[in-house]
Amino acid sequence: MSGAPPDRRWLRASASFPAPVIAEIHRAADEGVYDIRGFGAKRHLPTFDDLLLLGASMSRYPLEGYRERCETSVTIGTRFARRPLELAIPITIAGMSFGALGANAKRAIGMAASAMGTSTTTGDGGMSPEEREASKLLVYQVLPSRYGLDPDHLRACDAIEVVVGQGAKPGGGGMLLGQKITERIAGMRDLPVGIDQRSACRHPDWTGPDDLEIKIQELREITDWELPVYVKVGAARVGFDVALAVKAGADAVVVDGMQGGTAATQDIFIEHAGVPTLPAVRQAVEALQELGMHRKVQLIVSGGIRHGADVAKALALGADAVSLGTASLIALGCNRPDYVEDYHALGTEPGFCHHCHTGRCPVGITTQDADLETRLHPEQGARRLRNYLTTMTLELQTLARACGKSHVLNLEPEDLAAVTVEAAAMAQVPLAGTNWIPGR
Amino acid sequence: MSNLPEPVDFDLAGGDRRSLNRSLHALAGDGAGARWNIRNPGGRHALCVGMAAEAELAIHGHVGYYCAGMNRSANIVIHGNAGPGVAENMMSGSVRVKGNASQSAGASGRGGLLVIEGNASARCGISMKGIDIVVAGSVGHMSAFMAQAGHLVVCGEAGADLGDSIYEAVLYVRGPVASLGADCVEKEMTDAHRERVGGLLAAAGVEADPGSFRRYGSARRLYNFNVDRADEY
Repeated sequence: MSGAPPDRRWLRASASFPAPVIAEIHRAADEGVYDIRGFGAKRHLPTFDDLLLLGASMSRYPLEGYRERCETSVTIGTRFARRPLELAIPITIAGMSFGALGANAKRAIGMAASAMGTSTTTGDGGMSPEEREASKLLVYQVLPSRYGLDPDHLRACDAIEVVVGQGAKPGGGGMLLGQKITERIAGMRDLPVGIDQRSACRHPDWTGPDDLEIKIQELREITDWELPVYVKVGAARVGFDVALAVKAGADAVVVDGMQGGTAATQDIFIEHAGVPTLPAVRQAVEALQELGMHRKVQLIVSGGIRHGADVAKALALGADAVSLGTASLIALGCNRPDYVEDYHALGTEPGFCHHCHTGRCPVGITTQDADLETRLHPEQGARRLRNYLTTMTLELQTLARACGKSHVLNLEPEDLAAVTVEAAAMAQVPLAGTNWIPGR
Repeated sequence: MSNLPEPVDFDLAGGDRRSLNRSLHALAGDGAGARWNIRNPGGRHALCVGMAAEAELAIHGHVGYYCAGMNRSANIVIHGNAGPGVAENMMSGSVRVKGNASQSAGASGRGGLLVIEGNASARCGISMKGIDIVVAGSVGHMSAFMAQAGHLVVCGEAGADLGDSIYEAVLYVRGPVASLGADCVEKEMTDAHRERVGGLLAAAGVEADPGSFRRYGSARRLYNFNVDRADEY
């Protein structure tokens, strides 16, 4: 027994109990409560990376880059609404609450979305004046908690989104820990300052699709049938959920895959519940096609969308638009290597931070702390997000032109091949180099 | 000679919900004092929703889901029974149900007064956020679930799990309570509380002795997670 370090060549890690699992068991044993965190699923999942766009060659001809037009506009809410949403790009900003995000972040997002001609979305906590002022097109969420729900805000928005579920936690309610419940947030939510806010997972006045149909009628009556009504579901039983949302009268369905982000959720929920975005898109499109409602009820897909290729693949599978949450925050500066000492104070590093739930966001995005918030200048943040959205749009157009498409919505499954058997099965496109689609 | 405007008669047997609600929304701004009699509602859903005028509406008959939903300013009387979600998310004004109300009456209401002269079913006052609700009869199970603010006065009995996960709403019940939900406890009834109940009963036009009520509210044990109280979740 020399006390010298062992020869590491002979240390054999357990596949069942690798170091992170051991650390989590130790933490659970110390604290007696599940781990709550922000961000989205970190585990490996089949993603759009497992699909490739085929591009054009002899059998298809491409469009000239920078010279021939490739349109990006999309209209959401053509089924019943008198005023559908006209978006310049098929990339929208997902619902994130004022509370989870600070006022500067909401303002920056609104400014960037407006500059790009697209929409942004409120969240659990209602509509803040900063957000409405900054956002030309604002989607107003009606959530189970009904925090801050105000009929005047309903009438002042551009579309309504009834939130049934969220990809990060399908079946779970919202959560905002006490450290983020400041006086202003508490006032907007009719809650005491500093308490852990546990949102309901079901709506208080309806249960099931038949009730939802009547609820949507009420929302339409209140807004005189002017506005599109979306229904947002967390990807789980996607085919059934999309069909029922259509039956309930939705103008658009938002399907949020399990990679979708959150500001505070149990880690076990984030990593182990739901369906990845990749198969969810295909299942949603199939449900719409079976009902003869594809392109009549628009499909918006979210959950792990990162760049123009992800958008192109989602559209090729049949989505009408995508929605960004986490990626938009990263563009604002989330996980940027600034204020590194504050990352360390949280026990993390830039690139690994998922500490939105603490309210101590080092870059001033997911915080209500007045000092930290000053680290995000709304105009600068808006500029970065606008640059990012511009880049994504250019990437999308580049790929669509290469596939010979004069409009990005002309992308189709025939433009895709899969590089894994799993992705081929999930997306129902051929495995690259074959004509084989698993299950057919 | 009365200065009140002549009441408008709207017969839903010969008209539709859309034209009714559109006409009522047009009162916003200069419709204060308007009086409407709405006849033959026939259990239709979403009648008189999204009101934004100080109008006086009387609905003669039974209504379906969400009648008077998100009401602001209007005073609405339902001469019949009401379906689920009557006066849901009300902001101000008043809604009176002369008969019984189905589940989720006053759900997430943020202000105003909801009076139910009969009984209310399950989840009465669920997620209430500042509304005052007076029920002359009894309420069903899970009433005042996650109730955040406002008052619920029940002159009869309360079903199981009253006030489960309650925040700062205050519940007054005269009759037996089947059971209290998580974190809901009985609290002392002081003179100030009796005065408050008396005021709410008077506003509702319901006769009952304020001294015969018991008060329930949050123990505030679940406001911040405590591992030693995990069995209460």
